[in-house]
Amino acid sequence: MRHNGALALAFHATFVTFILAPIVVVCAVAFTPEGYLSLPTKGFSLRWFKAILNYPEFLRAFRDSLWLAALSSTIAIGLAVPAALAIARYRFPGREAMTALFLSPLMIPHVVLGIAFLRFFSQIGLSGSFLGLILSHIIVVLPFALRLVLAASYGIDQRIEHAAISLGANSFVTFRRVTLPLIMPGVVSGWVLAFINSFDEVTMTVFIASPSTTTLPVRLFLYIQDNIDPLVTSISASLILMTAVLMIVLDRLFGLDRLFLGSAKS
Amino acid sequence: MTTNPKLAPLLLSGPALLVFIGLVLAPLVMTALLSFYDWGQYKGIVAEFTIKNWHEVITDEYYYEIFGRTLRIALFVTAISVVIGVPEAYILNRMSPQWRGVFLLVVIGPLLISVVARTLGWALLFGSTGLISQALLTLGAVREPIDLMFTESGVVIALTHVLVPFMVLAVMAALQRLNPDVENAAMSLGASGFTVWRRVILPQIVPGILSGSVIVFALAASAFATPAIIGGRRLKVAATLAYDEFLNTLNWPLGAAIAMILLGALVAIIVGSNRLIERRYAQVFE
Repeated sequence: MRHNGALALAFHATFVTFILAPIVVVCAVAFTPEGYLSLPTKGFSLRWFKAILNYPEFLRAFRDSLWLAALSSTIAIGLAVPAALAIARYRFPGREAMTALFLSPLMIPHVVLGIAFLRFFSQIGLSGSFLGLILSHIIVVLPFALRLVLAASYGIDQRIEHAAISLGANSFVTFRRVTLPLIMPGVVSGWVLAFINSFDEVTMTVFIASPSTTTLPVRLFLYIQDNIDPLVTSISASLILMTAVLMIVLDRLFGLDRLFLGSAKS
Repeated sequence: MTTNPKLAPLLLSGPALLVFIGLVLAPLVMTALLSFYDWGQYKGIVAEFTIKNWHEVITDEYYYEIFGRTLRIALFVTAISVVIGVPEAYILNRMSPQWRGVFLLVVIGPLLISVVARTLGWALLFGSTGLISQALLTLGAVREPIDLMFTESGVVIALTHVLVPFMVLAVMAALQRLNPDVENAAMSLGASGFTVWRRVILPQIVPGILSGSVIVFALAASAFATPAIIGGRRLKVAATLAYDEFLNTLNWPLGAAIAMILLGALVAIIVGSNRLIERRYAQVFE
């Protein structure tokens, strides 16, 4: 194993600076004591973090985003687990086409999905509803859940299940007591990845959200399009800090590279 | 499990299948149909068959310019991601496990942060009074303040930042499949570091670079939030154009035609290049 030379490390330092610069800048500006955007800031203040509390529409959007992410990723995992077992265990006509259909939201641009849902929901009377948001988010997060559950399902030794059945367990007991515990790491990491993708989704949601039913990223996006002020930096900084904590927890639990590399290969 | 092997997969995948037929195929078909509907400023959407939306998008130079800009931005973002993402993946892969863990968190972690928050950072750095302009003025690299807001260069820089982690991930996955003994063998036979990289490593990770490029290109060509914030309302790309037709002009049929062109072009590029990669490099995938 060879080591990185000075040139490689210099490149690496530049790359890391490039990656961190915008994130650090958002956090730095958020602590400004001034009433306007200023960088470099003189002084340190939590003024703009306290200001978030005066904007109930952002707090409501945050709460709705959490609910939306929790509900859609839970329903998505509920659909993905049996589908993954069917794909991993059985050879049947249309298996490939079905898998492609389930993974297709990864390939369809989210703008196109947003437009398709806007049209569809306005035809069936669901436009601007929270139910519409949930249904559309189930579709975009299901592929992430499916890939991780699928990876876990391929790794199961089916003889363990056969042993359970030969000992008299019925299929439901076998699933709950044997299969499910074996694929649990895939189920949990799939749910987490689905939750994050739902929470961060903006491109599709901006088409189908309404002023009364919207998510935090959409509200933030619409606000930034009109004006950029310290308030949006403090909200973004809060999001960044929350994500950073979550990231470290996830890294400890699953290993961030495994969460992503596991999902990078189909 | 003991269930009938013919019926079981259908029962297991049935719920997800119904949801996807109802919520993916049906809306897409309806959008495709919508693109053939008529629209007028005062009459709104009329369910009469017409090809005028397609005709307008395909013949009007205004749309050429926007699709051309979208393609140009996506190509630049992909090229820069290859140039900086491939060496970074290689460097990360050679680090000790502890350092690699830390820097993977730094490089891959931003994928979990809302794209709106990441783009906001660039909006703060760009601009004539932003840090980039100030720094370049202080260094004497430029005479007058430079403003990257509402420029194509600005969009390319911000989008590269958003998407380069996907390139690093794809190349890392390819590097981890390599056998380190091959690299050592080349070195023991007297190859220089650069030769090893060019003749031994690079040929083996080309499939990873290509699949990373496909991902980055597809996401860059259909990106919405970043070009909308950095490019503003004047510097439109395909995705922001479709958004304007739907939510500002309210010409849904025309917006649907733009969406269908974007979808068709991307699916063709993704499926086509994946076929090509798999055929050309079948042996690398074993």
